[in-house]
Amino acid sequence: MLVQGIKSRPVYTGLAIDRHAQQHLFALEGEGALAFADALAQADRKFLATAEILYVPAGSRAARHDLGLSAAGPLDLWTAPTVPVLLNRLRVTLQTAAMGTRLYIAGTEGFIGEAMQVALDAGIDFNSILTEHRGSSARRVQCVHCKGITEEVITSPFTCSHCGLPLLVRDHYSRRLGAFQGVNVDAEEPGSAPRPEVMFP
Amino acid sequence: MNIAFNDETFRDDFTFRNSPQAIRRFPFPFHEDSYMYAVNMEPHVPLARDSAYGTLIDVDEHYVAEMRDRALVLKEDPLRYQALPHMMTAQWDTLELLMEQQAAGYPELFTLTRDGDRWHWINRPLNIDQRFTFGDAATLPCEPLEYITRQAQGDFCIVDQRDGNLWMDAGMVTTQADWSLDFDIGMNFMEWHGPVPLAHQIGVFDRALKFLLNLQQGRPVRRLNWTMTINARLDTSPENYHKWGPDRATVTPENVGNKVHLRCELQSLWRLPRSNGILFVIRCFLIKMEELVTVPKWARRFHRVLRDLPPELADYKGLTRYRPTTVAWLAKYDDGAPTSPGFFPD
Amino acid sequence: MSINTEMSVRVAAITQVADQVRRLRFERVDGQPLPVFSGGAHVVVSMRDGAILRRNPYSLMSSPADSSGYEISVLAVEKSRGGSTFLHHKLKVGDTLAISQPINLFPIDQRGRKHILMAGGIGITPFMAMMDQLAREDRSFELHYAVRTRSHGAYWRELQARYGARRVHVYCDAEQLFIPTGEILGHQPLGTHLYVCGPAGMIKGVLGSAAQLGWPRQNLHSEEFLAPPPGKVFKAVLTRSGKTITVHSHQSILEAVEAAGVEAPYLCRGGACGQCETAVVGCDGALEHHDIYLEPEDKASGKKIMICVSRISGSEIRLDL
Repeated sequence: MLVQGIKSRPVYTGLAIDRHAQQHLFALEGEGALAFADALAQADRKFLATAEILYVPAGSRAARHDLGLSAAGPLDLWTAPTVPVLLNRLRVTLQTAAMGTRLYIAGTEGFIGEAMQVALDAGIDFNSILTEHRGSSARRVQCVHCKGITEEVITSPFTCSHCGLPLLVRDHYSRRLGAFQGVNVDAEEPGSAPRPEVMFP
Repeated sequence: MNIAFNDETFRDDFTFRNSPQAIRRFPFPFHEDSYMYAVNMEPHVPLARDSAYGTLIDVDEHYVAEMRDRALVLKEDPLRYQALPHMMTAQWDTLELLMEQQAAGYPELFTLTRDGDRWHWINRPLNIDQRFTFGDAATLPCEPLEYITRQAQGDFCIVDQRDGNLWMDAGMVTTQADWSLDFDIGMNFMEWHGPVPLAHQIGVFDRALKFLLNLQQGRPVRRLNWTMTINARLDTSPENYHKWGPDRATVTPENVGNKVHLRCELQSLWRLPRSNGILFVIRCFLIKMEELVTVPKWARRFHRVLRDLPPELADYKGLTRYRPTTVAWLAKYDDGAPTSPGFFPD
Repeated sequence: MSINTEMSVRVAAITQVADQVRRLRFERVDGQPLPVFSGGAHVVVSMRDGAILRRNPYSLMSSPADSSGYEISVLAVEKSRGGSTFLHHKLKVGDTLAISQPINLFPIDQRGRKHILMAGGIGITPFMAMMDQLAREDRSFELHYAVRTRSHGAYWRELQARYGARRVHVYCDAEQLFIPTGEILGHQPLGTHLYVCGPAGMIKGVLGSAAQLGWPRQNLHSEEFLAPPPGKVFKAVLTRSGKTITVHSHQSILEAVEAAGVEAPYLCRGGACGQCETAVVGCDGALEHHDIYLEPEDKASGKKIMICVSRISGSEIRLDL
């Protein structure tokens, strides 16, 4: 039922440190902290002197990944209480950033999508941003009918949390919305929606 | 050329119909008895005046009704028109192109007078008389792309060219075959074609992209695409799929002729001069099965194409549910005789 | 596709603007307006030089919004392949030429928050049109222009007068002034785009320092017209048209193909656009790729060649033409 192999699905190629960057700005969520640790292990530690980390523990608060980040010794580490607070700080930081600043984003797909939007609005080309997917593979899905976004979707179909239609999650992703597309699954024969299956655990 | 505009609807009571002349000029999309994706682009040059290729931007008997339907769609859902901020130059390019082409092709309907940047546009079918300053968006009632595409048949997408790719960064999309501008805006060529099956594997999009990146000014190209629609609905958007999807289950052997439509897109692609963008014009033509079979060659050929279509394509185009009924109905008009090559009626 | 969209133009004016630089103004023979274009575009000029048809690309430098005429600037080149010499010494006001529609392989990135233009010598020409467009659209830009001597440098006075010394910076080799690339690129706001046009060495140098400073590839743009380099004489067998032709030392394969009356597609004639990519059926030597279009693996495959600039080291190549 699920349409597979669609080309708009983002490819998250991992956080490889760009040794030429003048500033290294990290936006990390939850287990995204572990992506930073892995990148650190591969890189010359010199970049830490110009590294600024914005971190939100989100669902993995108990794991205290912030301790690991702090131990790495970046120039600056700031822990945000919630994702929106982090995104706002990212927005302001990018307003005054200069060319030569490299942005790294790691965390859940929904977080990457949202941070990416902030970066695009700041005039960064998305191809120059390094991303790594960590943590839950739950999806952020936009209902194409009512335009409402449902977070943390793990099944397909699922019920739109706004308009209540049963939606098929398509592998069609919009960077601008930071979301996958949800389309009514039983439009042609209302009531015929298949049972939800866990697709994005 | 005097056009008698139809008073007709593309929703609710669906009074849309084609006159016998409109049937003859329908851009039938199959040049042979089978169909597969191809980079089927050719120069967009005028052909016979009484065909859909008579002018480079076609205006036909459905013009007024289609513009009325577009206004209704936009009233319900303004997100069908969007343009990213860096596309303003391309918007003006598009306004110029559509005004020039319409005025040149249909001088009795449209008049464009230019005095430097001071332009005067008259659209008689829609009773519009507008003076404005080219390049100054504040002198028009809305953005230039929205303004002119409320007065031109077809959907319009403007793509920006950069980094060896094409980016869908502006559009007016209200007569689409099941894709969403609001969702796809900002995507590149490969991404917005992502959901199309089979074509990626055979390299169609790689070749098409390479071709389009070198599309030249003054040398537009065109291609045809097609799908099918139940009832004469222009707005088959994903946004409204839950409203029009049920129509697909209503096809019976008795109503195929009136209910089932072949939907042809005559796409033309134009390099825009000031912005270096490309304008995609996606002009939709509908024809009922009972209208189509008045041309015996098309009846035979479409029967064969639809019967032999690969199932993935039928699925992607949403034909699966009513294909057997339609093929059975069309079979009555196919005596097995050979068909002549090419698109046009014999 | 062989719709001819070339335009017949008359030379309306010839102006000597600096040592070795001539500006030519073209107007349409039929009196029609020329198409408007986008800054950074070039046209291919076709010149009938005796029995030889020469075709060279030149950047348009006049205002992109001005449809009354096009202007190009031509540098007198010592080792000219013929085009530059023809335009400098044989062409007169009133002569007619054919030019292509404008083609832009060096466009402005419309998203840019700021645009930095770096020109070396005659590489200034595309930026003249770009700045006209940027200024008209009220966008932020600055030009850094390197010239050998003040008298060699074309247009720097009028550019400073028009856009002001804050936006137009001139550096003169003879005065030991060079573009301080590192300083300029070190402190630009996010969303800045860099454009370079000039000699190959300069382009390489500037793009190299930008990369060293962490500028991403997506924000870097350059244009260089590669002249087809000379080489040994060889034969080309055109398998589809059944012709065997000779490619002379100072001729590209494309030029030899055209001289033999065979039509081949092209746009930039400088190894950049990919339009003249041709399948190689066979070759008795190595391909000498001079283009900047093919990927390294394509070049290594020996199956493709850009016939506008590339040659072979052997004596015969068989092409699918």
